[in-house]
Amino acid sequence: MFGCGVYGFITRRNMIAILISLELMLNAVDINFAVFNRFLFPGQMEGMFFSLFAIGLAAAETALAIAIVINVYRAVRNVDIRQLTKMKF
Amino acid sequence: MESLGSIIAYFIIAIAIIVFSVLAVTSGKILRAATYLLFVLFATAGIYFQIGYEFLGAVQIAVYAGGIMVLFVFSILLTHKPGANAPRLANHKRWLGLSAALLGAGVCLYSLLSYGSFMMQKMPDNFSIDIHSIGQALLSTDKFGYLLPFEAISILLLACIIGGVVIARKR
Repeated sequence: MFGCGVYGFITRRNMIAILISLELMLNAVDINFAVFNRFLFPGQMEGMFFSLFAIGLAAAETALAIAIVINVYRAVRNVDIRQLTKMKF
Repeated sequence: MESLGSIIAYFIIAIAIIVFSVLAVTSGKILRAATYLLFVLFATAGIYFQIGYEFLGAVQIAVYAGGIMVLFVFSILLTHKPGANAPRLANHKRWLGLSAALLGAGVCLYSLLSYGSFMMQKMPDNFSIDIHSIGQALLSTDKFGYLLPFEAISILLLACIIGGVVIARKR
């Protein structure tokens, strides 16, 4: 799943597709935290809280990134990162 | 985890996660990719329910499948013509992505197998963390308390709301 996320992150040209693969990677890491916590230290809750905070962070990050994407779309009428060269100098 | 039914359920969930995540990054239409991502998120919540973290699974469904997917679908519908296909990839780009993905999966497999003596052991006995202890740990200031990251993430969410409004407002 993490590998899929990395593949999508590199190959996709669309900004929203890049965000989707980013979510895939975050989810893979969250599963790992929760499962290793459950198997190795079943009496404690550190991994669970870490993935809980990671879910919150992912929500914040996605909201900001989608705001940026919509703003970019409003500026250049496209979300293709090949044509997104306006801010380069 | 011992019964046959839960093992079968685990394999169904794992295969669903793998298949739908591959489909989510290879699908041509962006809205279909978002739908496959939704299935992956539900299967992840299924894994959380299966290992006994009901609160985490509920948060996963509420935050990801409820909030983030709505954001994704809104932004896709705002920025795309419906039914438009993604253009074909260049070949070197595809190989670069595939090799990076295989490299990452190899590193994960190597670290699992080299520290993998725990993989064959039984899962500890069936339990579930009740909501009372979660609440106590989230808001306590003891050694295993999480008050400081709780407050930090609340400040972060507030900053994120303000930042989103400032970025996306009409000038």
